[in-house]
Amino acid sequence: MHNIIEALEKEQVRDDLPDFRVGDTVNVHLKIVESGKERIQVYKGLIIRKQNGGARETFTVRKISFGVGVEKTFPVHSPKIAKIEILSRGHTRRAKLYFLRERVGKRAKLKEKR
Amino acid sequence: MSKGILGKKIGMTQVFDESGKSIPVTVITAGPCVVTQIKTPNKDGYSAIQIGYGDVKEKRVNKPLKGHFDKAKIDSKKHLVELCVGKDEKFELAQRITVDVFNEGEKTDVVGVSKGKGFAGVVKRWGFRGGPGSHGSHFHRAPGAIGMCATPSRVLKGRKLPGRMGNKRVTAKNIEVVKVDKERNLLLLKGSVPGSNGGLVLIKNAVKSSNG
Repeated sequence: MHNIIEALEKEQVRDDLPDFRVGDTVNVHLKIVESGKERIQVYKGLIIRKQNGGARETFTVRKISFGVGVEKTFPVHSPKIAKIEILSRGHTRRAKLYFLRERVGKRAKLKEKR
Repeated sequence: MSKGILGKKIGMTQVFDESGKSIPVTVITAGPCVVTQIKTPNKDGYSAIQIGYGDVKEKRVNKPLKGHFDKAKIDSKKHLVELCVGKDEKFELAQRITVDVFNEGEKTDVVGVSKGKGFAGVVKRWGFRGGPGSHGSHFHRAPGAIGMCATPSRVLKGRKLPGRMGNKRVTAKNIEVVKVDKERNLLLLKGSVPGSNGGLVLIKNAVKSSNG
């Protein structure tokens, strides 16, 4: 990558976020603007994937909502993310937890990290 | 007012705007350029300015070009480009043109030389649909019929056929300026821009923009 682009991306990187990893259960606090008013919405789920690097990094959070699996992908350094809370850390042996999509109930749980 | 600046395409990245949307941008180091010649209707029959960009060693410049630069009392420049300007617009020789001639949110036209694609067929070059891939079809990516029979017994001019694609001067119109960085001489333009990274691009004010 060109060093000018590297410098530009570095300016956008946020350092106020915790070090979250794949397998963690998190609360993502999102800023949502509705009819001119800003409010915070919390999206809770399990991180199943982290992609790209630098300012373009994204992460995907999966949750089961009313019996339906929902996955949302957020840019890590987006100003729309107010904060990220780590609720628990899961033990994983791979970088992408796509196998969880086929599992339901107790089998879709990860062991807690010691 | 007509304005333009020469620059080099660096590459693409993304930035977040105030509302948190991520915008794809092309980064360009543009300028500083200098006015190397002013053409007037009296002397040249039309009004224009010639701008130069990029330094070059003096010994790399031939004598006629050296004399041209000496006239404007400036160092030798690598690239020269002419811009149309209005009759009553005032420019001076050796006047510097920097990225701050453009404002954020302004529409521009960007001229570059597109990436060469080599000898390309009609599907890639002209967007022909081609035939079915299977089900017994033997017609895949060929151009098909290219004309009539004994009358006119020739192929009409302008027929779309395979050939060299790309490596041509292309103008991308109405490209928005997302950010102007004067300290580093950077322009961030929304979306893509013709040419490969490191290629020379000319950024002008938009000809057909609705918002001036």
